[in-house]
Amino acid sequence: METPMQNEKIKIILNYLSNYRQHIPGVFFILVALFIKLVLTKSIEPEALTTFSTNINHTAIQIPNWVFNTRFALDLIAGLCAGLGLYQIIRGFKKGISSIIGAIGGLVVLGFLVWGASGTSISFTGMLAVMVIRSVPITIGALAGILSERAGIVNIAIEGMMIAGAFAGAVIGSILGLWAGILAAILIGALLGLVHAVLSIKYKVDQIISGTMINIFSTGLTSYLFIKFLQDSQNQWLNESGFFKPYAIPLLSKIPVIGPIFFDHNLFIYAMYFLVILLSIALFKTKWGLRHRSVGEHPKAADTLGVNVFRTRYLACVLSGMVAGFGGAYFSLGSVGRFEQTMTAGRGFIALAAMIFGNWNPLGALQAGMLFGFAESLTTKLSLLQFPIPAEVLLMLPYIITMVVLAGVVGRSRGPAADGIPYEKESL
Amino acid sequence: MKNKKNSDDKRNFISIFYEELSNSSLTIIILSIISGFIMGGILVILTSPEVYKAFGTSFLSGISTSWKIVANTYSSLFLGALGDPAKIGAAIQSGDSALIQKAFTPFLESLVVTTPYLFTGVAVALGFRAGLFNIGAEGQVLVGAIAAGWAGWTFTGLSPWIHVPLAMLVGALAGGLWGFVPGFLKVRTGAHEVITTIMMNYVAYYLIYYLISSPLRDPNEVTPKTPWILDSAHLYRFFPEPIRFHLGFFIAIAVAILVWFILFKTTWGFEIRSVGLNPNASKYAGMNITLVTVAAMALSGAIAGMAGASEILGVTWRQSQALASGYGFDSIALALLAQNHPLGVILTALLFGLLRSGSRVMQLRAGTPIYIINILQSFIILFIAAPAIIRTIYRLKKQSVKEVSTSTISFSAKK
Repeated sequence: METPMQNEKIKIILNYLSNYRQHIPGVFFILVALFIKLVLTKSIEPEALTTFSTNINHTAIQIPNWVFNTRFALDLIAGLCAGLGLYQIIRGFKKGISSIIGAIGGLVVLGFLVWGASGTSISFTGMLAVMVIRSVPITIGALAGILSERAGIVNIAIEGMMIAGAFAGAVIGSILGLWAGILAAILIGALLGLVHAVLSIKYKVDQIISGTMINIFSTGLTSYLFIKFLQDSQNQWLNESGFFKPYAIPLLSKIPVIGPIFFDHNLFIYAMYFLVILLSIALFKTKWGLRHRSVGEHPKAADTLGVNVFRTRYLACVLSGMVAGFGGAYFSLGSVGRFEQTMTAGRGFIALAAMIFGNWNPLGALQAGMLFGFAESLTTKLSLLQFPIPAEVLLMLPYIITMVVLAGVVGRSRGPAADGIPYEKESL
Repeated sequence: MKNKKNSDDKRNFISIFYEELSNSSLTIIILSIISGFIMGGILVILTSPEVYKAFGTSFLSGISTSWKIVANTYSSLFLGALGDPAKIGAAIQSGDSALIQKAFTPFLESLVVTTPYLFTGVAVALGFRAGLFNIGAEGQVLVGAIAAGWAGWTFTGLSPWIHVPLAMLVGALAGGLWGFVPGFLKVRTGAHEVITTIMMNYVAYYLIYYLISSPLRDPNEVTPKTPWILDSAHLYRFFPEPIRFHLGFFIAIAVAILVWFILFKTTWGFEIRSVGLNPNASKYAGMNITLVTVAAMALSGAIAGMAGASEILGVTWRQSQALASGYGFDSIALALLAQNHPLGVILTALLFGLLRSGSRVMQLRAGTPIYIINILQSFIILFIAAPAIIRTIYRLKKQSVKEVSTSTISFSAKK
């Protein structure tokens, strides 16, 4: 028997618990603000200046570099963090909290940059342009993951599909030209996607095991073929595909700051924008997308309504493989113009994290991809700056942020309900 | 009904034997390994230009060239892994202990490579048993190594009887911490351990990179390296200098047996397996799945950490920035192959250790790149994970009882 008193008590406790989820990030944000204010600002002279240069040589309209007082900028950043933290404690950001945590991470890194570049200058635009480039494989990989997981198939084979795509792209690209290389990368991705589909749908192999197997196989096969054939100096022509040259989009690329950051890149970057938009519309605004997602959320219901669950899942895997293969081609055809062993360097796994970070949503994946891309572009910058704090500590930041976001101090990120569960038709 | 009974009565010895054989999971494992080697052989043939040339002259010479290449590849693989039987025989007959040691060196070296596989394989298998997919063994190995190394050069004036266990313990604790975090996050917040352990791998990687490049760097070295560990922290080596076979191997075997005992002979182990098979049922049966999950993950991490500890205390004696070991990732395949049985891991770790150690000789002698090993491994996993393929190829009877396959809880599985 519950008395009204007990009910009240339970309510208060529940209230407290839900608030505790809300308060922790807020307190954390304020701690960050305090850190910036007390630790970073202290070591800076009041008159020190930081310069963010905003021009890359060929921009038509030159705008003046941003020169500002280091202390003032740091105070501003600390203030922003504190403000966000206070708002979180009092009102709570509810749904948008992942982005806010991402923003806080961004602010911290920005703070470190402002602090580290105190008294010197740093190419801000250049760094963000590199961020966009580095985000490509991560975002495209995450899109591949979204495609299959929205239909209920976990795909951790993205890494393997990417390395296979990079290899096929480089070799076929060297023999038949760049576009054929891209086509080959997409095809090999589709093939591996089909293998994943057959194993996990027909043979009902655990999808994570199937994915692991594809990863080991692709990494092994590409390394094997690389050592066996491509290392030979006689065979160098097989691994000289070259890469797609950047193409500045007319008008858009002329916008100061924004232009060079977003609109002066090669094919792969534009393809990434296109895929993000395409998938956002296809998944959430079309009949096809509704069916696709229904298979991932509740296959039985979808089946009852006449959606062919197996066909949808096969298609999802193959499409996912194609996208991942294309993303893999970025490594060879979009960046260095040749294949190197293990050149994907775990980006396929980061892409998975980006997918979850972005809540299985293409736009979210793009944001998460940018965060990781930013971290990578920092690597190169920090070594040039002779940064006073170890670069490695900053480099850990995106991974730690991902864990914090995943840890749902902020509310759980929810994937498709039937993700990873094989579907069996009930026999009558 | 009657019909079936009749046919049952008529079964003779051979058909019963055949059925038993078909039903045994050992048959599947052995056939999977054989098939893996066959697939690897086919790949070697397909990628050898000599074979195409030989087929150009005549079909027979093509076949014989193919056979020669495959035989050469696999024989040098086994020579590299086990040693030359002729040399071993001669050495034993001569009775010269130095010669005998030399002849057995390849095999002992394989055991050195097997040691970390034993630890990480048991670690990953333990995780699987609890329904946890620990991809983080790689990071746990790294932190275990650096922590054990730190204990190895920091504490001076200890007797080896205290120093070695202490350093192993410190390594295990560091690995355990690295496993604890994903386990804790999983039960408290539902963050999936596949992603958190991958993230922990990167954090470990950068952390170690940082530690070696400044705070723990040996100031006398040009390239970033840690100091040497003290002699008192060395794991005992059984043979003189070039042979690195050390006590860690037996510690690893002991750990495997201990984990088998815990899993199958104690209440706590029963809880781990039960939570892994069905968390909800375990919860209703009154088990504390939170505690079991966190403890299993931490224990898994600790065992992986011991792999790193035994490497630095027994083999390398210091850590440089050349970090990637691959043991953590290989151990996933290894644990699956052993069907997540700690005693099975002893056998599969030996297989993987022999392959890894023999592959170097194979690349030198037969010119087959070491990565053929990964391809073998992937096919073996494929066949083990999808026994239906093996059953179809070898026309084995369908198993009547549904096979219990290894299963992991997927990304969105409800807590």
